[in-house]
Amino acid sequence: MKNHDNHISSDTTNWTVLLVLLILTTISILAIKIHLGAFTVAMALILASIKVTIVLTYFMHLKFENTLLKLMVGGVFLLFAVVIAITFIDYYFR
Amino acid sequence: MSTTEHSEFIDSDTGKMGMWLFLFTELFLFGGLFIVYAVMRSKYAADFHHAALELNAFVGATNTVVLLVSSMTVAMSLTAIQQKRGGKAMGLLFITLLLAGVFMVNKYFEWGHKFSLHLYPGSDVMQTLPHGEIMFFGLYFMMTGLHLLHVIIGGVLLTVVLFKINSGKINSEHYLLQENGALYWHLVDLIWIFLFPLLYLIT
Repeated sequence: MKNHDNHISSDTTNWTVLLVLLILTTISILAIKIHLGAFTVAMALILASIKVTIVLTYFMHLKFENTLLKLMVGGVFLLFAVVIAITFIDYYFR
Repeated sequence: MSTTEHSEFIDSDTGKMGMWLFLFTELFLFGGLFIVYAVMRSKYAADFHHAALELNAFVGATNTVVLLVSSMTVAMSLTAIQQKRGGKAMGLLFITLLLAGVFMVNKYFEWGHKFSLHLYPGSDVMQTLPHGEIMFFGLYFMMTGLHLLHVIIGGVLLTVVLFKINSGKINSEHYLLQENGALYWHLVDLIWIFLFPLLYLIT
């Protein structure tokens, strides 16, 4: 169970990532007060997706993992998006 | 000796991949609830709007910050163990556990307030509400409850990691359990990143 060749994130990187995540959280809290109508939900989800991508890339070290794992993670999120799309198609056009 | 080293190396890689596969199942566990939320929100937009006003966005925001900071401390703890700094790694894990505690205390008061208003599944007040609001509160308790269960499991897992660093079983050479524990903790954070805007921010 020896760990080899693993990328070590510096504390500076971790602090920077946290700072960016906190800024994005602040933006999402402030953006909700702007009345964008139907885009309010879209805006909140886009900001959440950006935050999730940052956590996956840096905190979860996905940037430094092998291509197979990256493809698997990408594939799973794609699958989830397809499941959501099919649910809504089923719901509105049955 | 080199063959042993080789097989150990593969173990670490597959061990991590196994953890990721498990995290995928977790994504779909919460994903199912997110889909129910999305469909119900589109069906009962007005009820969801009204019910969401009950939730305290400040408490939600506080818990978001708490989880984001704890995600960083757990990532820094992994950096510390890789740099052979066990003491620092344990200290950072301890801070992570404290933050998990803060999250749970917040949740205790948040839920306690809802209970004092008789807003819980099956309560007398709940049964008088419109169908969409019942759905919203049902989803709120289910999603935050399931998430809270993950916070508790993550806390237990990180406590085990803390003790194993102390006993030297986890060190700068062997830290797969800590890596996987950290991945689990980040997942808890990921789920919350979506829960917070969907339940607390959007009204």
